[in-house]
Amino acid sequence: MLLTDVLVIDTTNRFGWLAGRILADLGADVVKIDPPGTDRSKPEWRAFNVNKRVLDADPSDAANASVFGDLLAKADICLVTPAPGERGGPFDPDALHKAYPRLVMVVITPFGREGPRRDWRATDLEVMAAGGAMSMAGEPDGVPLRISEPQSYSWAGTHAAMGALTALLQRDATGRSDLVEVSAQSSVVIALSHAPAFFDLNGDKPTRAGAFMTGRSIKGARYRVFWPCRDGWLNFIFYGGVAGRRTNEQLVAWMRERGAELGILATIDWARFDPTKADQTEVDALETPAMKFFAGITKREYLIEAHKREMLGYPVSTVGDIVTDPQIEARGFFQKMAGSNPGETYCGNFVLIDGERPPLRYAAGTPLADDEPKLLRAGRQP
Amino acid sequence: MSGVPQALDGVNVVEFGGYAAGPHAGKVLANFGAKVVHVESRDRPDGFRLQYPPFAGNRPGINRGGCFSIFNDSKYGVTIDLKKAEGIELARRLIRWSDLVIENMRPGVMERLGLGYEALSADQPGLVMLSTCNMGQTGPRADTPGFGSQLSALAGFCGMTGQPDGPPMLLYGPYIDYVASTLGTSAILAALVRSRRSGKGAYLDLSQYEAGLMFMGGALQDYFATGRETDRCANDDPDAVPHGAYPCRDEEWIALSCWSDRDFASLAAVMGNPKLAAEKDFATAAARRRHKQPLDEIVSAWTRSRTADAAAEALQAAGIAAYPVVSMAGLFSDPQLAARKQWRVRRHPEMGDQAYSFPGFDLTETPGDIVGPAPCLGGDNEFVFRDLLGLADAEFEAYKDRGVFG
Repeated sequence: MLLTDVLVIDTTNRFGWLAGRILADLGADVVKIDPPGTDRSKPEWRAFNVNKRVLDADPSDAANASVFGDLLAKADICLVTPAPGERGGPFDPDALHKAYPRLVMVVITPFGREGPRRDWRATDLEVMAAGGAMSMAGEPDGVPLRISEPQSYSWAGTHAAMGALTALLQRDATGRSDLVEVSAQSSVVIALSHAPAFFDLNGDKPTRAGAFMTGRSIKGARYRVFWPCRDGWLNFIFYGGVAGRRTNEQLVAWMRERGAELGILATIDWARFDPTKADQTEVDALETPAMKFFAGITKREYLIEAHKREMLGYPVSTVGDIVTDPQIEARGFFQKMAGSNPGETYCGNFVLIDGERPPLRYAAGTPLADDEPKLLRAGRQP
Repeated sequence: MSGVPQALDGVNVVEFGGYAAGPHAGKVLANFGAKVVHVESRDRPDGFRLQYPPFAGNRPGINRGGCFSIFNDSKYGVTIDLKKAEGIELARRLIRWSDLVIENMRPGVMERLGLGYEALSADQPGLVMLSTCNMGQTGPRADTPGFGSQLSALAGFCGMTGQPDGPPMLLYGPYIDYVASTLGTSAILAALVRSRRSGKGAYLDLSQYEAGLMFMGGALQDYFATGRETDRCANDDPDAVPHGAYPCRDEEWIALSCWSDRDFASLAAVMGNPKLAAEKDFATAAARRRHKQPLDEIVSAWTRSRTADAAAEALQAAGIAAYPVVSMAGLFSDPQLAARKQWRVRRHPEMGDQAYSFPGFDLTETPGDIVGPAPCLGGDNEFVFRDLLGLADAEFEAYKDRGVFG
């Protein structure tokens, strides 16, 4: 594996769980330290702490200091998520950075360790608001929205993993370790793609667009993005350009084969179609027959036909659709493994390395052997 | 590009492809000291250069695109005509200079060019290569081209955004591409660790679809365990109530959440109505959930008379999680992002000053930086091919005369 012989101590709360999992998936040996009584039954805990081993040990109990010392002496990376305003304690990042010169310390907090709001409290909702993401999701005249499945913890997690490995690579090259600090707020900013550049370059203020695409027509028309279908919703847009031309031509061909009413679609020369010049009446005329057609097909039919016809567009999946997607099945993304919940299935490793998906090694909640920390310090294999 | 020692000094990277998922990974590495060369051709420049706004001063131009520049700062830009055999040969020489190749073309394109991993690693066993595309390199739909904005729908993100009785919602831009680029960067770094330690390189096949599902881990785990399908629920949370966005003065919004009855008592006190927390309709989370509409009206009445900043400061002082809903303009005035130097202005030769975005992590002793603006198309041909690759003058001129830098 890529990170063979890399030991990671993960003491994190929800803001750091994915970071530890990424390192574990890449081959590191990750020990998750949890206070006794941690609820490990919740789906989020299990999803993001699989592939780690767990040590039940209360960080605030002085009796555990030697166990932590044994682990830290051998560790390469330590992930911590101090509470807002928390200083000191057995996993104080500055103290550990001084005490263990080869250890990469990674500190993940909602807002970073500097700045006027560094000690502000936040959960996923507030971080998605602070990072700008909520202002870009929802109806234009409605309430800003977050994605219902928490995201900011994962953005912090991916950035923490990048930081940890940047510092590890440097340590290997120079012998010098470092203290990595991660702001969840700042980590969310990349999710906005190029939207901030509109304001920076030209003073424009992009905002949420709801379920329609705006800003493409010089006559102010809006294009539908989400279409009701027989068993849910589809994503399709009347694009222009080369890709749009093929997609639109193929949609019409498909509708024709099915004997669908084409309306104005039958008369359009897609090679000359320019979505920037259409007004709302013209867009509505385009979309009416397509709407009627999509209403009669299923998400799976659309997925198959769009692929076959090289059309741009996907169904709007539910998790049930995702787990039965043949593409996901063919690549063996989900992994069923024995463990504390027999037959439990997890998202598998996120990357194929040299053509293989490295299997997850530990089911969620797998305990660390009692004598392992001592053996690690002694340099022996447990 | 930087004179100050950085963590990834000595890491050389070549990028083929364009748009978001590949280039963003290279940008992060460049911000921490890697030398990253972005390869394009004059016939097929990176699609983000011209296909999407914004353009500096609203004047489109090959070197004026903000969509391209924001993902390509701190890199060198070269042009190679890969339709010419000599172009392929030059690309091979550039790759031999590198430790890492990043590509996000359709599966099979690099192989057809003779630049597949098997060919490249034959005489460069320590090479690391990341291939990232919509579906991954294998599987029945591996050849699917697609936009990240639409792939975000397939991976469940759009379906999980919106009101329960309304349509799915768009996320801005190719959201899922950045999930892939940040996960892919970790895989790259881990592969470089192994390559440096053992001399063994790695070929990394990253499906952007699968990467996105890592951010859906909780919902998928819940489905596997219980069969329950998580659906969009606006801003609701199963535990916290209230939990949402509320309107403030000047068309601003604030996000706030109460995770216990004690939190709610604090909120009621801040709103000047401490008795509210004891009322039967609001005393428990279950009661507050049942009376969500009147509760939201009470909270909104308080927030509406304040700016989002003032409301957030008052709530935070009382220990309640709260933050203004930061707009695109607000990102540039948010005091916390400013303290972190999230935006770093660099002067581009054609676009003028632009604020580039720094990643969400930094190293305390060897900090990263935006070490330069995004490159112009082919703007670093001379420096990269002469100085980094060491082409002799005659060689460089011969390539130039034969249109290899096309």
